[in-house]
Amino acid sequence: MDEASVAGRGLSPRLWLAGGWLLLALLAAIFAPLIAPQDPLAQDLMLERLPPFWLDGAEPGYWLGTDSLGRDLLSRLIFGGRIAFIVAFAAATSACLLGSALGLIAGYFGGWPDRIISRIVDVWMAFPPVLFAILLVAVLGTGLSSVILAIAIIDWTRFCRVIRAEAMSQARMDYVESARIAGYGRMGIMLREVLPNVLPSVVALLSLEMGIAVIVEAILSFVNLSISTDDPTWGSIIAEGRLSIHQAWWVLVFPLITLILTVLSFSQFGEALKARFDPVLR
Amino acid sequence: MSACLDIRRLSAVLPNGQRVLRSVSLAVQPGEVSALVGESGAGKTMIGKAVLGVLPKSVRIVEGEMLIEGEDLGRLDPKARRTLIGARTALIPQDPLTALNPSRRIGTQMTDRLVRILGWSGERADQRIRQLLDEVQIRDPERVLKSYPHELSGGMRQRVLIAAAFAAEPRLIVADEPTTALDVTVQKQILRLIAQLQRDHGTAILFVTHDLGVVAKISQKVSVLYAGKVVEEAETEALFAAPQHPYTRALMAATPRYTDPYASLKPVDESVLAGLAVEIAAADKDWRPGHG
Repeated sequence: MDEASVAGRGLSPRLWLAGGWLLLALLAAIFAPLIAPQDPLAQDLMLERLPPFWLDGAEPGYWLGTDSLGRDLLSRLIFGGRIAFIVAFAAATSACLLGSALGLIAGYFGGWPDRIISRIVDVWMAFPPVLFAILLVAVLGTGLSSVILAIAIIDWTRFCRVIRAEAMSQARMDYVESARIAGYGRMGIMLREVLPNVLPSVVALLSLEMGIAVIVEAILSFVNLSISTDDPTWGSIIAEGRLSIHQAWWVLVFPLITLILTVLSFSQFGEALKARFDPVLR
Repeated sequence: MSACLDIRRLSAVLPNGQRVLRSVSLAVQPGEVSALVGESGAGKTMIGKAVLGVLPKSVRIVEGEMLIEGEDLGRLDPKARRTLIGARTALIPQDPLTALNPSRRIGTQMTDRLVRILGWSGERADQRIRQLLDEVQIRDPERVLKSYPHELSGGMRQRVLIAAAFAAEPRLIVADEPTTALDVTVQKQILRLIAQLQRDHGTAILFVTHDLGVVAKISQKVSVLYAGKVVEEAETEALFAAPQHPYTRALMAATPRYTDPYASLKPVDESVLAGLAVEIAAADKDWRPGHG
């Protein structure tokens, strides 16, 4: 019975489409040196602004064309994916751990821990996030770890608010009361009774947050505040593409499509996972 | 022999000073089913929660004592109180849907308490649970133990909860309207099961309900509650034979009868309510917290 229901649930096209794209992009990023057709940094002015393969004037081996310095766009996108995924996983996980833990405590314990945590969240959310990120990176200095840290510092509130609300409604449930009557400690109830029931939301939010992290990283590298300018990132490619939009539209369009597909896949994947993990919904 | 549960002059107030329990006294003897009847808002669930130590934070007990097998809960430190309540009492809750954790399997939920709180071995707990599932007439324990709560019907869930309540051999069970959320056809079976297990295990039950029909079937003693005050207390037979308080009589008259389904329902009479209001006002007039 278990196997059958797992297979039945697994056929959600949303899960497979989103998961498939993410897996493809992730594998491409991991094995970038093996599969990228060209060196992403190699410049060749003879090959500048080559169009993608189906247009006249395309060169074999440069599938998506080249930018104004003659660098292969596909290779740059593949290598850019490395940074996107590292930032997505590291930043989203950090934000998730911090935000979920505080949200769980605030929601379940209530009282003064809730008041303190909620006030901090209110203050935090008063800052415009992108401005906050730019400010943080300016202070922390550019570089991969700064970007990750900045995203985690800004976006933990997203987890905290949602998990707090869910933990609050869980805390009112009769099974939590039954556990108290039976003599479980508060910590035990929080981890054993409340946490499993908020986990589907944590997973969905985590996936959503990975998408957001990809966007924030792109924004930061768009304004040249992310990683060193040498390393290709999706944001920096978009920034370059913007300058040559009239001569070489593909340098702007392909990274945008990649970015949109990835962010969309993260959020859809999260929603589909939530539906699968939730014992009541499935 | 000390009573299994002894509540003496228990009063509780809300933050605005309103009294929700008015010097409630009631006792449940070992092995006895004592019913607590009243309309919604009379405070009957509140009494159950007070005994089990899970009153909402807003409700404050201002006087009175609660003794479980002679031990005064008020004199114990919080930890000892928790341990005592956990070891000697259990709850059969009202709503079997929210009383089981939706994300944990029935089996782990049921054994967990025996293993973690009472320190039983996993094997012993497992055996015990299977025995209890058999007693509540669950025919396919394997499937039920592996199920999540939403995969079971309301009646099955309530059986599971009854089995869980009796599993640790508590001395006192608080049954908080355990049949209210169920279909009428299932209600009867569940009631019979509770009565059966109660006799077999000799457990005392404080049975909270608004249904006088249920009271007549299951309890030996009844306390009638109105606005947090016990207005009448009697042996069940005596109460039904000759109700003393006008409110009790009105409640009985208000119960719909199957023998005459076309008779219109009778609400409690205005004059009875007016009488009750005077009684409550008199009780509150001389009352100061701590001075009775």
